Amino acid sequence: MADENWKPKIIAIICNWCSYAGADLAGGARIQYPPDIRAIRVMCTGRVDPLFILKAFQDGADGVLVSGCHFGDCHYLEGNYKAAKRMFLLKSVLKNIGLDDKRLRMTFVSASEGAKWGTVMEDVIKTVTELGPSPLKEFAR
Amino acid sequence: MAEVKKNEEPRIGVFVCHCGTNIAGSIDVAAVKDYAKTLPNVAIADDYQYMCSTPGQNKIAEAIAEHNLTGVVVAACSPRLHEPTFRNATKAGGLNPFRFEMANIREQNSWVHMHQPEEATAKAKDAVRIAVAKASLLEDLIPKSVPVEKAAMVVGGGVGGMQAALDLASAGIKTYLVEKNPTIGGRMSQLDKTFPTLDCSQCILTPKMVDVYRHEGIELLTYTEVEAVEGYIGNFDVTLRKKARGVITPAEAEARGIVGGGCTGCGDCVDVCPVIKPNPFELGMAPRKAIYIYHPQVSPLIYTVDFDACVKCGLCVEACGDKKAIDLDMEDEFMTVKVGTAIIATGYDIFPIEKKFEWGYKNYDNVITSLEFERLICASGPTGGHLVRPSDGETPKKVAFVLCAGSRDNTGVGKPYCSRFCCMYSLKHAHQIIEKIPGAVPYIFYMDIRSFGKMYEEFYYRIQNEGAKFIRGRVANILEDPVTKNLHVNAEDTLLGRPLDIEVDMVVLAAAVEPSAETEKTRRLFGVSCSQDGWLLEAHPKLNPCGTTTAGVYLAGVCQGPKDIPDTVAQAEGAASAASIPIHRGEVELEPYFAQCIEEKCAGCGLCVNLCPYGALALVEKDGRTVMQVTEAKCKGCGTCGGFCPGGAIWMQHFATPQIVAQIDAFLLGGEQ
Repeated sequence: MADENWKPKIIAIICNWCSYAGADLAGGARIQYPPDIRAIRVMCTGRVDPLFILKAFQDGADGVLVSGCHFGDCHYLEGNYKAAKRMFLLKSVLKNIGLDDKRLRMTFVSASEGAKWGTVMEDVIKTVTELGPSPLKEFAR
Repeated sequence: MAEVKKNEEPRIGVFVCHCGTNIAGSIDVAAVKDYAKTLPNVAIADDYQYMCSTPGQNKIAEAIAEHNLTGVVVAACSPRLHEPTFRNATKAGGLNPFRFEMANIREQNSWVHMHQPEEATAKAKDAVRIAVAKASLLEDLIPKSVPVEKAAMVVGGGVGGMQAALDLASAGIKTYLVEKNPTIGGRMSQLDKTFPTLDCSQCILTPKMVDVYRHEGIELLTYTEVEAVEGYIGNFDVTLRKKARGVITPAEAEARGIVGGGCTGCGDCVDVCPVIKPNPFELGMAPRKAIYIYHPQVSPLIYTVDFDACVKCGLCVEACGDKKAIDLDMEDEFMTVKVGTAIIATGYDIFPIEKKFEWGYKNYDNVITSLEFERLICASGPTGGHLVRPSDGETPKKVAFVLCAGSRDNTGVGKPYCSRFCCMYSLKHAHQIIEKIPGAVPYIFYMDIRSFGKMYEEFYYRIQNEGAKFIRGRVANILEDPVTKNLHVNAEDTLLGRPLDIEVDMVVLAAAVEPSAETEKTRRLFGVSCSQDGWLLEAHPKLNPCGTTTAGVYLAGVCQGPKDIPDTVAQAEGAASAASIPIHRGEVELEPYFAQCIEEKCAGCGLCVNLCPYGALALVEKDGRTVMQVTEAKCKGCGTCGGFCPGGAIWMQHFATPQIVAQIDAFLLGGEQ
């Protein structure tokens, strides 16, 4: 990695009912984690069109996190299963275009798992930081 | 589809909240405000100490009028907290409330980056930029009003469920009370006395059980389980399984044309039944027949055949005679009822304390749980209220009570939480043996005595003065004398700092409580979340303790977390009140996050139809083409269809593809690179 002070740009698309609530709980509990992730709220991870993620990488994102409810806990019954399937397929697409599939991550954080949200944040940021800037960055814009 | 104003030039107002020092303590609010002014489409940016206050909300309404705003962004706390507040403020300013977008710079920023003010400020700027991008594309939406069925369901017939059902029915709402066991009453009917008043549990409970049974507004469905739940607030279709009881009520007999028939509760069938099984109500300490009632005060007083045990000899049918109440060929029945709201009151089970092997439960005869103690000390219990040692039937003189048995346990075997009522019932148990057995000495091994309720501390002092021995220390292990079956309780007295080995006649483990098996099953059917330890998650721990995140579903009693009888009844009354509000209003507004079909893009492939978990989508013929059509009342707005449509033909209102892509672009392409 060229610049030691380099900070990744990571976007998180998270569901309203579990992961967003869990992230709020982490806030209430004042769990401190690194600030390199920006979150976008959707009602369910089922809403996450793979094109959103490809668009994010096209825009130069260094990493993308999709986080929803645990299996069986989806507010809409099964949206997270469908999201997980799509992310699984999408990872193979990323590999094919020469992007490390670790840049895309799906996690399951419930509304009561504030501490886990903090751990996920640390872990995702650490993983993407180690991978360095996205090779697609220079093509962004 | 919602009206989209074409060629409308977005003019967004941005309002940044200090939230006292909650936000301003780590984020440079003025810098965020100044930054917002530089963003495209932003007509005005302002900041205020507390945006949720009346002056703060007025700022929004005034700015909408003054700057002819098309959208509003508030950068403050979580939308899960204050989105409704600011939507109302937006509406008060004359704008459609769905033209509001919130940037969360508190829960997901200032509170989690407290010591990184520069990074937190940069993150807040990004959040505002992302929110402005979305607000620029928001459209007018109209919430959909749906009628509410004037009926409610309570799942669980313990004291909490009974109270909730009584309150709902007394408020004029048809209430279905569903109980899996053959009788209502729940855990409370197994208890002998209640703390701190020492009321007889059955004496105060049975009148309520009778009230429930007689209430014309309550349809009591015992020996029944919830099988499936469909629909949404106002319109839940609940499928119930009425388990085959083998016995019919007088009303059912009349329906079958048997005059004067049906179960009268005489018990003639029991006398002839040859099959003997352990009685689960007595925790296996007393026998019952294959046809049984739990105890004499059951409600309804109808016998039940245990088909797992029944040998179908038919002796009971003969004994029943002309009443013809017994039908050994009965099968489970299914019924579907429509309700507007539902309350879950599925209670608790006892943690399997044998997992804490060092205390020897199920291994040593004279180590029992507190619930077993309740049955043994209860006059209607298997021993007629005489406390005896299981090993030899002798009356114990020295009894050790082990508190926090499996509660407040961080070893990974037990439960990390406090089960809340064990301290108090153990004090009551100590009182009961002092009262009933002359010369008896209770030894109470405790970590802390949590006597937090009204008159609880006074009760604690009373038991101290009655001569109970209190030893502060966890019990390390219990060893049995193989000859006498007496027990050696090994613990450290942490107040005196010395190890103890006390020989006692009996040990009572105040075992932890855990969510009942039905709690997990029921919450999944109703789509209610739970916390890590399985207790059901309330919508807000302080401000909405009876509600859940599933609209129209409420919680009462221990299924939400350990609580004693007064707290359970209080929460049940709260839940009943909350559950009656939509029903009395008669209609509810659904958030209009519906999917819409963009027909000119739709190829009619139908992939979305199978993706929808609610059956809200269908293919229809329109102008000679096959296109998808949405039934709005069925659509819950998850967007699973919109995330998959290969043609981009699904417009998810408020979470539309252009809106989300604008957020992604705003973060990654906007701002400083």
